[in-house]
Amino acid sequence: MQTERGITGDLRQIVGSDNIREATTEDAIEGVQPALVVEPGSVEEISGVMKLAAREGLAVSPRGGGTKTHLGDAPRQLDLIVSTTRMNEIMEHTPGDQIFRAEAGVRLEDLQERISESDQMLALDPPESGATLGGIIAANSSGPRRYKYGTVRDLIIGITVVLHDGTVAKAGSKVVKNVAGYDLSKLFTGSLGTLGIIATANFRLHPLPKASRTVAVEVESPQQAQEATQSIVHSQVEATAIELHYAEDEKLLTVLLESIPGGMDAKVETASFLLKQFGEVRTLSEEEADHLGPLTPPAVADEIVLKLGAPPAELGSVLESVLGAAERRGLAHPRITGHAGTGVTFIGFSGEDEDAAVGFVGEMREIQTRKSGNVTLQRAPLTLKQRVSTWDNGGDYLGLVRRVKEKFDPRGGMNPGRYLGGL
Amino acid sequence: MERSRLITAMEGILGTEGVIHEHEQLRTYECDGLMNYRVIPDLVVLPETGEHVQRIVKLCYDEGIPFVARGSGTGLSGGALPVKSGVLIVLTRMRKILEVDIPNQRIVVEPGVINIWVSQEVADEGYYYAPDPASQIVSSIGGNLAENSGGVHCLKYGFTTNHVMGAEVVLPDGSVTHIGGGLAPDAPGYDLLGAFVGSEGTLGIATKITLRLVRVPESVQTLLAAFEDPEGAGGVVSGIIGEGIIPAAIEMMDRLTIEAVEAAVHPGLPDAGAVLVIELDGPEAEVEEQFGRVLEICEENEATEIRVAEDDAERALFWKARKAAFGAMGRISNDYYVQDGVIPRTELPAVLKRISELSEDYGLRVANVFHAGDGNLHPLVLYNNSTEGEAEKAEKLAGDIVFTCLEHGGSLTGEHGIGEDKKKYMPKMFTDDDMNVMQLLRCAFDPHQLANPGKIFPTPRLCGERPGPFHMHPLQKAGIVEQF
Repeated sequence: MQTERGITGDLRQIVGSDNIREATTEDAIEGVQPALVVEPGSVEEISGVMKLAAREGLAVSPRGGGTKTHLGDAPRQLDLIVSTTRMNEIMEHTPGDQIFRAEAGVRLEDLQERISESDQMLALDPPESGATLGGIIAANSSGPRRYKYGTVRDLIIGITVVLHDGTVAKAGSKVVKNVAGYDLSKLFTGSLGTLGIIATANFRLHPLPKASRTVAVEVESPQQAQEATQSIVHSQVEATAIELHYAEDEKLLTVLLESIPGGMDAKVETASFLLKQFGEVRTLSEEEADHLGPLTPPAVADEIVLKLGAPPAELGSVLESVLGAAERRGLAHPRITGHAGTGVTFIGFSGEDEDAAVGFVGEMREIQTRKSGNVTLQRAPLTLKQRVSTWDNGGDYLGLVRRVKEKFDPRGGMNPGRYLGGL
Repeated sequence: MERSRLITAMEGILGTEGVIHEHEQLRTYECDGLMNYRVIPDLVVLPETGEHVQRIVKLCYDEGIPFVARGSGTGLSGGALPVKSGVLIVLTRMRKILEVDIPNQRIVVEPGVINIWVSQEVADEGYYYAPDPASQIVSSIGGNLAENSGGVHCLKYGFTTNHVMGAEVVLPDGSVTHIGGGLAPDAPGYDLLGAFVGSEGTLGIATKITLRLVRVPESVQTLLAAFEDPEGAGGVVSGIIGEGIIPAAIEMMDRLTIEAVEAAVHPGLPDAGAVLVIELDGPEAEVEEQFGRVLEICEENEATEIRVAEDDAERALFWKARKAAFGAMGRISNDYYVQDGVIPRTELPAVLKRISELSEDYGLRVANVFHAGDGNLHPLVLYNNSTEGEAEKAEKLAGDIVFTCLEHGGSLTGEHGIGEDKKKYMPKMFTDDDMNVMQLLRCAFDPHQLANPGKIFPTPRLCGERPGPFHMHPLQKAGIVEQF
């Protein structure tokens, strides 16, 4: 695209001169640098920008905190980044209704700080710092607490979106229980900017837990990790998170327990009793829990991170297949963490030997898709992504995914090329 | 296609047993749980397998015949109302529980399986299926999925949509697809399952459904508390939520409802202006402490009587009283109209006041039953059908009540669905653009609008149209595809 005066001038008219700038290499996505970055300050401004983008045939990539731009294949075309940074207003928080409405650019940390004043929380805890609500929805980010509270789809209750041509539409409402109309909030969850721009969202809230403790057990084998997880899953202890850190030297299964002060000891006792058949059980200090416990640490530089989704009761065979494939391909013991209770496993390994990495990803895909699981390249160098896609092929529903995309974005201008099936 | 040829073709798929075409027999299916609307279908078919459904739908697609799926027919918004000259696909013969996977907390069922059967199937393992609509002893899982059914325990446990993990779906063109991961989390791609659940049969037919099973809690405590007026009961609801307690259920009934329930099932309810049924569940120590606090909150709000369920039998009695509420209205009124609206919990006092004003203005009694925890109201408008014009008046009053819900930031429906009944109200909650964009989804699943046509949206949109300025698709421009 050429940044001729016309387009830039028109955009300036819409968002104001302070809120448009030429893109730099910092704005590039997988090596593709856009021409411009705009920061609309309202739903109307986003709509205006999108109308113009449609008129000019610009390819648009929405961006929140930019913490997940590594997710997805390289864009086929990229002209304009629409940043939601200025869309940072919490429009409503009604503690008595346990809901809030906010613009998409609100950062999760800021939101949590504000609503914790009323002893409430949004029960989402993705590890990235700086992520915005819109980005979290678009990337379907989640964290350890998903075991108890679910993911974005279970907490979002309403949404406003702007489509490729500037059409503004909302779905859902600000009440938790509502079945009027199609649930577009869920459709946009995990859509990675390919259906439109998420402008505002409404979520349900939960009370902040009054007491919490993390207990941990050291396990010795994949099978033990699975059995220890299952012992908590099928108990009545109602854990908040069950996390696995499976390194060569230390294999730790941690269980986050939350309750009211009067209920804490009994929970810890029950969980410890269940876990002690697998090894020594200890209660982690807060500091240790923060560092080691349920929160997934950020990826190490130059690392490839795979995300595996598999039936949680098959954790043992998942770990065995990972370790086996890594060893056969001469890769060092991968850094494995996971939300063991829900069947999500992250595998971090060095990308130094690219051929080995390609083979490893292929083997994981082959095994997982056979078992109706899935493999996503959460983070990888561009050169690897040029050889293996970020996504599985999506099974027999890919055709439907494609039809939805064609209806919502018929000109293919929304984040083209980054999604599964080349969408 | 001529009707006689269609019958022959359907009989070719299902045998003569599986096809109903005699007028008198067809009348059995003319309405669902909402009897204000009646349409006699052209044909009723009773598939026994997913393959049957697929072949039926394919035939409909090839011949351009609209179809409507129906489960047990308990829906309250006319979602399973047949369409004229259409085929009604009744799924009650698809009642197999296909797979139980306790380690992964999943169960796979056919759509005709009755809700309560799921919990019964896994009870011995210490598991149950959480969504529990009042109709759970008759309503089917397929119908629950289509309507995204709620129930009395959704405040803590969520709705059907939070418990359906995967589905095999026959799309309106007769193809079969699998959406949602089922066993594995986070399947890549759009959350098609999330969009499909609650789509009221307009996007296709689920033929295999994977559900999440929930571990039976260690402890359950239930109480029934009586108050002089609904304000006192409302105070308790706010008090509990303010305390950071998420009860498994908080249900409210007003004086008129109590009278009706008492007359119908004699549970021995106190004479009161409002009654709450509150249930807490979870680990024992937690429940015990929080239950103590709930009792205090009831007392602080001047409960005139508090009964704690001593055992499962007494708990069952409390719930029987609550779940009998709709049916019990027959004891105090010839006819009644069941409304379903949602408000933000904090608006409850204002909305109750408005409902009682409306009731006076119209000169019709309104009984109130609420899922108070999540703000889901079920006002029951009582009327007499044999009095000229009263049915219309009742419907108008019920409409005004739901508009009141919208004015207070709520929704047209919390669990009964839009269906046929409320599509005329949709423009009060959504703009044309909102509805047009929702229908883009419809166009992706069902471009010929054959699946349950005419429901949900007041104005069906042709799939060739688009909101905003028209843009030709690049493939269309190149002459490769034609716009539907």
